Amino acid sequence: MLEKIKRYQFLFSELVKRDFTKKYKRTMLGMAWSILSPLMTLLIMWIVFSNFFGGNMKHYVVYLFAGQLVFGYFTDSTNLSMNALVNNAGIFTKVNVPKYLFLLSQNVSSLINFGLTLLLFFGFAALDGVTFTWKFLCLLYPIACLVTFNIGMGMILSALYVFFRDMQYLWGVITQLLMWMSAIFYTIEGFSYKVQMMFLANPIYLYIRYFRKIVLDGVIPSPGFHLLAAAYALAALAIGTFVYRKYNHEFLYYV
Amino acid sequence: MQSVLKVDNVSIRYKFGDFRDIGLKEWTMRKLTHTYRVENFMAVKNVSFELFEGDLLGIIGSNGAGKSTLLKAVTGVMVPTSGSIKTDGRISALLELASGFDGDLTVKENAYLRGAMLGYTRKFMNEAYDQIIEFAELKDFEDRPFKQLSSGMQSRLAFSIASLVQPEILILDEVLSVGDGAFQEKSSKKMMEIIKSGAVTILVSHSVKQIEALCNKVLWLNHGEAVAFGETQGICELYTAFLAGDGNALKEASERYSAPGVNPDTEAAV
Repeated sequence: MLEKIKRYQFLFSELVKRDFTKKYKRTMLGMAWSILSPLMTLLIMWIVFSNFFGGNMKHYVVYLFAGQLVFGYFTDSTNLSMNALVNNAGIFTKVNVPKYLFLLSQNVSSLINFGLTLLLFFGFAALDGVTFTWKFLCLLYPIACLVTFNIGMGMILSALYVFFRDMQYLWGVITQLLMWMSAIFYTIEGFSYKVQMMFLANPIYLYIRYFRKIVLDGVIPSPGFHLLAAAYALAALAIGTFVYRKYNHEFLYYV
Repeated sequence: MQSVLKVDNVSIRYKFGDFRDIGLKEWTMRKLTHTYRVENFMAVKNVSFELFEGDLLGIIGSNGAGKSTLLKAVTGVMVPTSGSIKTDGRISALLELASGFDGDLTVKENAYLRGAMLGYTRKFMNEAYDQIIEFAELKDFEDRPFKQLSSGMQSRLAFSIASLVQPEILILDEVLSVGDGAFQEKSSKKMMEIIKSGAVTILVSHSVKQIEALCNKVLWLNHGEAVAFGETQGICELYTAFLAGDGNALKEASERYSAPGVNPDTEAAV
């Protein structure tokens, strides 16, 4: 493994550079846009929903932002990852390189994006008067889970996209659905206990909730919660790895 | 003597059919109506050969004979469905030069990306970059987007980067030389240098003359099967006759130069 990393380090860094250049088209606004766009979504949501849902809630902006932060990273990462194999078909049908390099390099830029948005999130939290405690360090845990989950999902999606070229539209519909099911702008307290538990079946909601618990409630979630968070991430990664291994030499027939 | 490359009874299945570019909806429909068809065919059938240090193998055969598929298996891009391929040393394949570049990146960025794909190190690229650009005669274009280059310039760049390889096993698929008159001469000279420095070279070419001039061994593939393997002169003559329409040439070749897969002598050696 270590030898492999060393061997493909140069290729990987060149791929990262390429994906960055292509994503931002060498424009300053390109960079700024990727930060601005979640902020604008946040603004719109805040204008629309603060009267409905935020009326009696403290820190509604932070509540909203936590949801938007996690969900935005998830959609950005999976949408980029989906193209990882198809876009690099010209390379992997000619040279024998590990195919996950393409996927990981796509994820570097969405991870950096996420990092910047996270800083903004903390800025908003500070402005809104949220107290920062040592418990914020625990956020590293859901972040690690989320990164793993996104990479796993990216592997699954990029493989599916090789086989089925209409996955993009289908995935658009699914993410839309997930958005509504992730309680980004509403609270789930109004639902029955049973329904509230069902929300936990949605990994994205789970990660959002972890953020909110730490930042807004100042509470570290239960061990079971931690286990579930890791289970989702590892399951996605395991399925993704399995698909990549199984179809490693099949992809080239489909591109 | 230790062989550098050993291809042992290799068969490669190739898939084709309706599956390309159909979506999930279409796929589900076809599965339900039982009209989804995938055909497997053997692109390469039971091919065996062995190469030793200093060998220069030419692979001949008409389009669709399985030449490129076989090479892809040697480089590891494809895996054999059965049989095994053993290699001893670093493989470099120069296949279809102009693909795999990115039109939006500059010439310089593409050069580095390609270098990385070929397994060069960053240090090596930093040192070799000037030499590459100079050889490709693209000094004035290095910061231009790649898509602005003419196709001749593109293959010149590709060739210049690829020509720095120092592999133990070199695979050339129709890339002996590129470009216009002057560059063609320069590039084919360079290619000869590489061939001479490599331990083993495999060359696919449609030019029988070229193969006769360069190779000491020839493999003739026909519909995925190895018709003949061995001495260049005789096989090339029969192949030329076969191309000219001599129906007996194929049979004669397979009898006289039976490929090692069916040759009792080689089987005993294995």
